[in-house]
Amino acid sequence: MKRNRKPSAGDRSGSSGTDHGGNGSDGAHGTGDGTVLEGARERWVSTGGVELCVAELGDPERPTVLLVHGYPDSKEVWSKVARRLQDRFHVVLYDVRGCGRSTAPKPLRGGFTLEKLTDDFLAVAEAVSPDEPVHLVGHDWGSVQGWEFATVRRTEGRIASFTSMSGPSLDHLGHWIKRRTRRPTPRAAGQLLGQGAKSWYVYALHTPVLPELAWKGPLGKRWPRVLELTERVPGDGYPTGSLPTDAAHGAWLYRDNIRARMRRPRTDCYAHVPVQLITPTGDIFLSERLYDDLEMWAPRLTRRTLPAKHWVPRTRPDQLAAWIGEFAAKSDSDVPAREPMARGAHADRFAGQLVLVTGAGSGIGRATAFSFAEAGARVVAVDRDAESAARTADMARLVGAPEAWAETVDVADEQAMEKLAEKVAAEYGTVDVLVNNAGVGISGSFFDTSTEDWRRTLDVNLWGVIHGCRLFGKQMAERGQGGHIVNTASASAYQPSKMLPAYSTSKAAVLMLSECLRAELAGQGIGVTAVCPGFVNTDIARNATFAGTDEHEQKRLRRKSSRLYGIRNYPPEKVAEAILRAVVRNQAVVPVTPEARGARLMSRFTPHTLRAVARIQPPL
Amino acid sequence: MRSVTNGYSSADLRGFREVQQLGFACAESVAARLKPGVTEREAARMQREWLRERGVRDWFHLPFAWFGDRTAFTGFKIPLQFFPTGRKLEPGMPFVLDMAPIHRGFTSDIGYSGCLGPNPVHDRLMSDLRGHRELILREVRERRSLREIYENVERLMISQGYANRHRAYPFGVIAHKVDRVSDRRWSPTLFGFGTNSLRGLAKDALHGHRDGWSPLWSPYRFSDHPPQPGLWAVEPHLGFRGTGAKFEEILVVTDSRDPEESAFWLDDDLPHVRRWQEEARSV
Repeated sequence: MKRNRKPSAGDRSGSSGTDHGGNGSDGAHGTGDGTVLEGARERWVSTGGVELCVAELGDPERPTVLLVHGYPDSKEVWSKVARRLQDRFHVVLYDVRGCGRSTAPKPLRGGFTLEKLTDDFLAVAEAVSPDEPVHLVGHDWGSVQGWEFATVRRTEGRIASFTSMSGPSLDHLGHWIKRRTRRPTPRAAGQLLGQGAKSWYVYALHTPVLPELAWKGPLGKRWPRVLELTERVPGDGYPTGSLPTDAAHGAWLYRDNIRARMRRPRTDCYAHVPVQLITPTGDIFLSERLYDDLEMWAPRLTRRTLPAKHWVPRTRPDQLAAWIGEFAAKSDSDVPAREPMARGAHADRFAGQLVLVTGAGSGIGRATAFSFAEAGARVVAVDRDAESAARTADMARLVGAPEAWAETVDVADEQAMEKLAEKVAAEYGTVDVLVNNAGVGISGSFFDTSTEDWRRTLDVNLWGVIHGCRLFGKQMAERGQGGHIVNTASASAYQPSKMLPAYSTSKAAVLMLSECLRAELAGQGIGVTAVCPGFVNTDIARNATFAGTDEHEQKRLRRKSSRLYGIRNYPPEKVAEAILRAVVRNQAVVPVTPEARGARLMSRFTPHTLRAVARIQPPL
Repeated sequence: MRSVTNGYSSADLRGFREVQQLGFACAESVAARLKPGVTEREAARMQREWLRERGVRDWFHLPFAWFGDRTAFTGFKIPLQFFPTGRKLEPGMPFVLDMAPIHRGFTSDIGYSGCLGPNPVHDRLMSDLRGHRELILREVRERRSLREIYENVERLMISQGYANRHRAYPFGVIAHKVDRVSDRRWSPTLFGFGTNSLRGLAKDALHGHRDGWSPLWSPYRFSDHPPQPGLWAVEPHLGFRGTGAKFEEILVVTDSRDPEESAFWLDDDLPHVRRWQEEARSV
């Protein structure tokens, strides 16, 4: 074990420290996003017989954000988030007693109770921000502690806001279990069993000695690899070398607190600060259902969900830093607590995310941009018609987008798309959700469709999607923090028709492209969805090409077909809803209208019926 | 002097204008008295009582009131949903008051949109209605077919990013004809509509059916004819994600060859028009 010793001789248990320069981590040094807290000012805070290692970043004059790590972690788990916050905040991290470079209490048993951890927190807060309350952020056991801090009386006035991720209050959990055991309806019993199975490691950690042996032996050695494989935590030097002792000491967090709080949860565990709850939906240790009744305990609650696994501070630092920063800024402002601006569906998921929609000047694209705006996303509305794109961006701001921009680009133009991708990355950031929606309609028999018609159709409908996925998908993949791509295909991707050979071909290609891309990007946490709307009341028919007709006839057909779309009158807003839902659920193929769903079903079970339908000449 | 070739004397038009002003005065009076917690039914009753006190005994239709997302007819499937409900007004909520009193035989049908406190979306909708009032008058003067004008209005709404919500009205009408109604001692209503007016409308529909026009201005084939002289209560209705806004007022159509006289708004001194004038001044 190489560990940095505190300058004054501190009492230290369980480690044979040798002096060693650097920051105490044996991980990658000097890498931009590694584990080293470059430029951090260190200090030691003594409290209740232990010495806590505290690191500070950023200007101490700014509001303080205090990051508390979980189990088995050390403060370096926050390195990526801290770096992203240090320009705006005074960022403070500390190693919880017994972890990282903080010393452990002696004896260990009884030294990790939540009361003592609260003493630690108050001592650190007093040292780093004596006058102002701090914005508390906790992950895993840091969040469990945070709930204790935010609900006990003696911390009142010391906390400005609390952001919790992946760590429920033990008292709330105790009540959650009690309520469900008292009335074990099938649903309640299912929830209990589900969380019970996810908590296997809690029971394991209550075994004496064995966990310590495992962590100091094979498990400690293999843990980084386990994290990389099962949790997709990038192998960039985290966990640090202190992991075996962190994990061994940390077992006492469970042994000292769990049984006591489960047996007698506090009844006054109401949060006295605004709380932001960030729930990773892929967490294998904690069920989302744990937070169902949380409004009862935390009246000022903001919910956020994140499609990620447990170690979000390592895997999703950008999103966390954005939400922490926004929440802290909102809690600091003097304006009395107001409802969040975005109240649309899925605001917990999309607030503050960057969404780019092509073909956003009309129809489904525009409705989708508005739906994302209502959910609080920042929207880039791309259309080849400047005026309608600007109108979309303008209205998006009105319905709740914190920021919205209009970009005039023809998606078929490779160079223009490349320029757009560069501009978006430089000025607005990495796109979180990409909606490749731009498309053109074309009808007419195969022999009437000229090569020029084919080229234009494929250029927009297929190449536009390819450019979008290639350029923005690449940015997403390089960032490595997940994302989602939605491609607008069509019901005619699987419903053949003698009237739509070029259009159906292009859309079938989009459908298959989406499926392939989904397979390729699955490992990087990027979802891909193909949406197949069906007949939706948009301008597509009014702007469609009818191959092999003169101008007069084309005009008549456009008017006639757009009237039929009007009579069908399926609103694009419903497609937009389906798109948001598909992103939240990470669905692969989403037929929207009943006819699209019916055709999808028939394409699987009775394809010959669809072939018969394909021969019908529509009454135009 | 306006031509009288639509069958109405200038005294008649004055009568229609007065009852239209009465309607808007009622709307403004009720709107000023709306406060959080008032229900649609209460707002409708306030309109009814205000007009009854001023001598209104018969109705083209009884007053309607829509609050919140009901201004955009969200989720409306059957016509009964148009009737006022127990929905309570909340701060920032948009509302629409729609009434059609008949006074001394003159019919009016007016629509008034407002909101309780600031609502930027509603403000934008109201400003954007201006383009529709201008478009309708221009194209009626050009003697385009009503169905075509309907489609052009709808296209303008879509380009503005809105949904056409007058499609939710019976027959999807953007306008309907109104006429004089003889004073009767007994004037019952049927599903909110005055039977005397319904009889007039039915008579028009019968005549129109013979002559190839319709008193309902709809997106359907029976409206594929040039504007018919008479008085049309025009009600373009915008909807945008749970917020709706409309105006309704009377457009006079004559058979004059002079474009200026062939169609004109009965009155330009109306709340929504004054609002646009103020907006134009402040810019």
